[in-house]
Amino acid sequence: MNIAWDAFTPWTSLAGGALIGLAAALLILGSGRIAGISGIVGGLFRPASGDTGWRIAFVVGLLAAPLVWGLFAALPAVQSDAGIATLIIAGLLVGVGTRYGSGCTSGHGVCGLARLSPRSLAATLAFMGAGFVTVYVVRHLAGA
Amino acid sequence: MKTFVAPFVAPFVALFAGLVLGIGLLLSGMANPAKVIAFLDLAGSWDPSLALVMGGAIAVAFPAFTWAKSRTVAWSGERLQLPTARRIDAPLILGSLTFGVGWGLAGYCPGPALVSLGMASQPAIVFVVAMGVGMAAHALLTRPKA
Repeated sequence: MNIAWDAFTPWTSLAGGALIGLAAALLILGSGRIAGISGIVGGLFRPASGDTGWRIAFVVGLLAAPLVWGLFAALPAVQSDAGIATLIIAGLLVGVGTRYGSGCTSGHGVCGLARLSPRSLAATLAFMGAGFVTVYVVRHLAGA
Repeated sequence: MKTFVAPFVAPFVALFAGLVLGIGLLLSGMANPAKVIAFLDLAGSWDPSLALVMGGAIAVAFPAFTWAKSRTVAWSGERLQLPTARRIDAPLILGSLTFGVGWGLAGYCPGPALVSLGMASQPAIVFVVAMGVGMAAHALLTRPKA
């Protein structure tokens, strides 16, 4: 293994992670909800009375984050070299997979692990494992 | 006893939590697909940063959830809804594997994709539309029979 020390950002990653944890803490203690993005967005596709407002508000908060950030500092680079076909396939897999799997990086990986759920641990190991294998296949076996 | 819940509290808390989460994703580097893929690329030039994102997030969320487990009502007066599912079943594992493949292909998971959408990033627009189609397909395929 070859560690990319020049790309390693321990302090900002730790601080950003702490903010993610703070957001999850606020939502569960403040409003009684799990900060799982796939669950919050997915619930909008099966709307129930009185259950959509907070979901939309949460998504608006996420979308507004770069705008608020931009008021104070230059935005960090977001760089994707994926082609259109890859983006479409990846989006479909993430949409279907997170809904059948009942969660994503935030719902299982942060909230689920923080409440010591074995179910979320199993899900997190599955999606992280699949992510490692996929990148290995695409970047090293397929020669892309 | 019926507790009073001001109608604007839930959306307000959610808006603020979404905003804080989005800023956390930007600060941590997780909103950048190239950095996510560098974390998932163990055999390449590996960037371990995202392990610290998860560590930092869990360190802060753990005491909050430990406290939440002892409560039945949130600060807003709403019912505190912790997940009740316990079974490790096929949909959980197969769904999570499917998600992981998509995550590895493009480096987007749902939160960072929405934050990038807020930056009008073109790849994120394509990804989020496809993700919405995937979620809608799940809702259609699993809808309760009338």
